[in-house]
Amino acid sequence: MKLRKKYAMQTFTKGGIHPLEHKLSSKQPIEMLPIPEFVQISLSQHIGVAATPIVKVGDSVKVGTCIGESAGFISARVHSSVSGTVEKIESIIDTSGLYRNAIYIQVHGDEWESNIDRTSDIVSKIDYTPQYILDKISQAGIVGMGGATFPLHVKLSPPDTTKPEVLIINAVECEPFLTADHSLMLEKAEEICIGISLIKKVLGVDSALVGIENNKPDAIALMQDIAHKYNGIGIVPLQIKYPQGGEKQLIEALLHKEVPSGQLPIVVGAVVVNVATAFAVYEAVQKNKPLIDRVVTVTGIEIPKPSNFLVRIGTSIHTLFEAVGGIPQNTEKIISGGPMMGKALIHSHMPVSKGTSGVIAVPYNLAHRDEPFNCIRCARCVQVCPMGLQPYLLQLYSEQRMYEQLETNFVLDCIECGSCSYICPSSRPLLDYIRLGKNKVSQIIRKRKQK
Amino acid sequence: MYTVSASPHIHAKQNVNRIMYDVIIALLPAFGVSILFFGMSALYTTLIAILSCIVIEFLIHKFLFKKQDFSIKDGSAVITGMLLAFNVPSSIPWWIIIIGSFVAIGIAKMSFGGLGNNIFNPALVGRVFLLISFPVDMTLWPKTTLNQSVDGLTGPTPLALLKEGIVSGKNIMQIKGLPNYQDMFLGNIGGSLGEISALAIIIGGIYLLFRKVITWHIPVFVLLSMFVFSGIFYLLNPYMYINPLFHLLSGGAMLGAWFMATDMATSPMTIKGQIIFAVGIGIITMIIRMFGAYPEGISFAILLMNAVVPLLNKISPSRYGSSLSIKK
Repeated sequence: MKLRKKYAMQTFTKGGIHPLEHKLSSKQPIEMLPIPEFVQISLSQHIGVAATPIVKVGDSVKVGTCIGESAGFISARVHSSVSGTVEKIESIIDTSGLYRNAIYIQVHGDEWESNIDRTSDIVSKIDYTPQYILDKISQAGIVGMGGATFPLHVKLSPPDTTKPEVLIINAVECEPFLTADHSLMLEKAEEICIGISLIKKVLGVDSALVGIENNKPDAIALMQDIAHKYNGIGIVPLQIKYPQGGEKQLIEALLHKEVPSGQLPIVVGAVVVNVATAFAVYEAVQKNKPLIDRVVTVTGIEIPKPSNFLVRIGTSIHTLFEAVGGIPQNTEKIISGGPMMGKALIHSHMPVSKGTSGVIAVPYNLAHRDEPFNCIRCARCVQVCPMGLQPYLLQLYSEQRMYEQLETNFVLDCIECGSCSYICPSSRPLLDYIRLGKNKVSQIIRKRKQK
Repeated sequence: MYTVSASPHIHAKQNVNRIMYDVIIALLPAFGVSILFFGMSALYTTLIAILSCIVIEFLIHKFLFKKQDFSIKDGSAVITGMLLAFNVPSSIPWWIIIIGSFVAIGIAKMSFGGLGNNIFNPALVGRVFLLISFPVDMTLWPKTTLNQSVDGLTGPTPLALLKEGIVSGKNIMQIKGLPNYQDMFLGNIGGSLGEISALAIIIGGIYLLFRKVITWHIPVFVLLSMFVFSGIFYLLNPYMYINPLFHLLSGGAMLGAWFMATDMATSPMTIKGQIIFAVGIGIITMIIRMFGAYPEGISFAILLMNAVVPLLNKISPSRYGSSLSIKK
């Protein structure tokens, strides 16, 4: 209670917007989705080098069998989420919109690797060495499950020159529609707290702060209840404001510190981990279960029963929609992730990956963009930018290909939260141009460094 | 196959049309008060101004820009027309208001490229052009309908009375005929068509704040800096300088602070810039009122500060990560 009082309604200071929440599935428990007939498991479900396939066509695999080996420093293992036979290794468009190699597995039965503990008993003993936990995390192929999919074992091994001081657990879920983390906290609070303790042990930090937006009072109350039993886990309710789930915004909201431009959170002593990732850590270390399933919100305005499903990685998104009554007729966009930062999918037959927190069917009237109009200099984009940038200016520079000005106006600080494009009354393609400019500027900087 | 585009996939409902219509709605209380106090002439003048602004914008779009698909539905021409009419005496001849509309829309707005590209507030450019070109017609202030008993149909504005008195060497106490604060607040005073009632304008301004069309910074800082600046002189010499409240309630202070200075296209982009802009307006207005030749100066003050806006836009907002270790 003391923590709650002290941190009552904290938030970040610059900008931010309040999009409609549309948390339609917040009252839905997590349901098990039936095992699909086939899965397509992408070998690049993480940032970094794609995993190398270690199975051949015709091999039979079990649930939890490693099928892709980590292929570099920043890379992650990939495991089979079903039992069956490898039919083919093919190139498919995955939710990132790029062609990626994926392993197609035809499902036979549901046979698990024997060393995986499938019971729901809570294992709370954590007397391991940090290295042991880290190895387990690495072997389980855990990546950041909030969407960025950065390999966790790399994030938890910061360079020796830095010193982690506090672990931040991102349970903000500021994106409209998504409720995957919310439902996970309601059902797996105990496991999450053990997962947090494990990550704390790896980092060697004494305290962890869990940031939860105030639109999830039930999750806040439950987590506070459970966290009492664990040392050094503080649950912090936060004001409702987008993009609070942004790493930098969350750090500011919780620690009142800002991460300097172009630097990683570790320079202010913070490591930020998603709450679903903490749960995956629990399962990997205590249950020996690699990352083969995750909670996915399946939702949309016209969806009859928006739901939260526990889904095997590699299940087709189409199957998810079928489980809630099919994709509505007037759907204009299918989005993987949240509506503010997620990716629009070209078709619905793409596999769920480790970073898929939700899939949303968005009807025409919500997804439609009006024709862009003159900038009326209303300054709303400047007011809402959480990084304190001037989107209208960056967009113009980018459109005019003035890359030097883009760089000196800190275009690379943009976190692509989309607040500017969201708020623009003239429907100008602000973020589209800024993204373009960011790409160009990073190219130019890379070239400069090579010289 | 579904539509694919970059994020974000949802958008706020407020668009340019909605903003413009909100401003028009916010202007209606002041419009109502002016019809109440000045009669039908206020209605005619405003309608002529609105109509001529729309027609001129339409003609320029069609024959000079040669645009096939253009929209005058955005309502900005209506706002310009209304604000122009609000800034002239209600008895002004109809052809003068048409000239004013031509200058406002044709020169101040469309020659820069239309909505959003203009540097100066179009209605104020029109108003100042008329003030310089037709000084007599622009300073014949009809009396309000409730106040016609005394000699003649026209009379000076409170600010003109004040200026005249001070110039002729009287002190504040000796100036006769200054209205009381209640009349000034409600609008029972001489003045331009839409500026007389502080109450009606504040109601409109609060509506704009409520609809999040404007932020509070510009109006509050314009009025505050006027109050402080004139207050200092009032405290130094209350015989030479009038109560600061008089300045806030007279002339175009309220209309300027709430509706003219907050014009989006011609005000700065950052809050810091907006505050400097607003304080500049307040101080220049008071300097003109107290030491200049004109009794009222807020139009000139806003136009002068409009010219400074490109410079003020060089001020960057405080960037995330630039203030490390300042906050503890």
